[in-house]
Amino acid sequence: MNTKNIVLLAIIGGILLLGGCGCSGYNNMVSQDQNVKSAWGKVQSDYQRRSDLIPNLVSTVKGSADFEKSTLEAVIGARAKATQTVIDPANLNPENIAKYQQAQGELSGALSRLLVTVEQYPNLKANQNFLDLQAQLEGTENRIKTARNDFNDAVKSYNTTIKTFPNVIIAGIFGFTEKGYFSADAGAEKAPTVNFSK
Amino acid sequence: MSRKTLLPLLLLLAQTITAQIEQYIPERPSPQRLVNDFTGTLSADQKQALEQKLKQYDDTTSNQVAVVIIPTTGDYDISEVAIQLGRTWGVGNAKSNNGVVLLIAKDDRKLFIAPGYGLEGAIPDITARHIIEEQIKPNFRENDFYRGIDYGTDAIMQAAAGEYAVPPGYKDRGQGDDEGLIGVLVVFVLIFLFVIMGARQKARGGSFMSGRGYRNWNGPSTFFPPSSFGSSSGSSGGGFGGFGGGSFGGGGAGGSW
Repeated sequence: MNTKNIVLLAIIGGILLLGGCGCSGYNNMVSQDQNVKSAWGKVQSDYQRRSDLIPNLVSTVKGSADFEKSTLEAVIGARAKATQTVIDPANLNPENIAKYQQAQGELSGALSRLLVTVEQYPNLKANQNFLDLQAQLEGTENRIKTARNDFNDAVKSYNTTIKTFPNVIIAGIFGFTEKGYFSADAGAEKAPTVNFSK
Repeated sequence: MSRKTLLPLLLLLAQTITAQIEQYIPERPSPQRLVNDFTGTLSADQKQALEQKLKQYDDTTSNQVAVVIIPTTGDYDISEVAIQLGRTWGVGNAKSNNGVVLLIAKDDRKLFIAPGYGLEGAIPDITARHIIEEQIKPNFRENDFYRGIDYGTDAIMQAAAGEYAVPPGYKDRGQGDDEGLIGVLVVFVLIFLFVIMGARQKARGGSFMSGRGYRNWNGPSTFFPPSSFGSSSGSSGGGFGGFGGGSFGGGGAGGSW
């Protein structure tokens, strides 16, 4: 075997090796991308669940007391706005996530104000129907919190993958871009604390 | 204070401020139990009775109800701790996620019922709330913790019964019969292959493992007694077979008494 053949063999070997790396790197990115998307699906369905509870909550509160109109209207308005903010799962970039979080955060704020106001209405707090709704709402807020944490974990692992070498090259070729996180909330998005004891 | 001493101090401060949620989640007991009292609230007999009841329920329905009593959850919401605990311990089975965590933070006077993903339909938040309000809280208020937990777990068991079919051999999973059988089978197949290869090599006059395979034929029964093969989680005397890796999504309800 002459040297030419050896060089050729080495080149082919190198290409195969790189190609193998690239393939597994690419496959890994695809599966991570799918993880993020499924985690996003969970986030969305949990927010949807909350949104679905609101008409019931509003009508229960309305029917049971001469409730402050402005508080109720704020919830209804924020809900409408939040449902309009829909994001394509193929485009979960940081700006879109921030936009989504902003819209949902406004609804969270309006809801927690509503629940604080309810404290002034003893007949509401004794209403079983309302208490059940409150339990569902709190459960939903917990689900949202959990789903968001899981989403952030999935995004973290995805972002780490696409930014490390040699994946960063493959990510560039196939258009895998950075995805956004949910950020910790400054008060507004905090789950409304519901006190069951009173 | 010099800079040299200040830095470690600052680091220490930062560490104490960012107290992690993990510190409130007790380590999974070994051997695994369904009733875990870290406060000494229940007597040995009471624990035994509850454990027996929940173990029986796990055996017959594959739903795992874990009762955990801890002193406090610190600054964390009890719901978060309950969900984290359920995930870390893996309460319920990985496939159906059919675990329930009943977490009681005694000094906080708070409790939470967290059903796994797979039982959110059987125990919706409203049901969890009603179990707490009607079965558990009245008893806890009278300091009868055993009765509260007993009634509460009864209600949980009733709500979740029949939700999932029990996989065959589930009850004996602690003894690891299934895995053991597969393991023995694999060993047999491997030995068979070696023997054949050896025989062929020998026929050709080669020396590859010549004759060695035959000695192994009596091997499996002596080298791997089936009783100790597979996962030996030491559940002698019919104890709880162990948690199965179930996951939790944040459902459930809590309360304080």
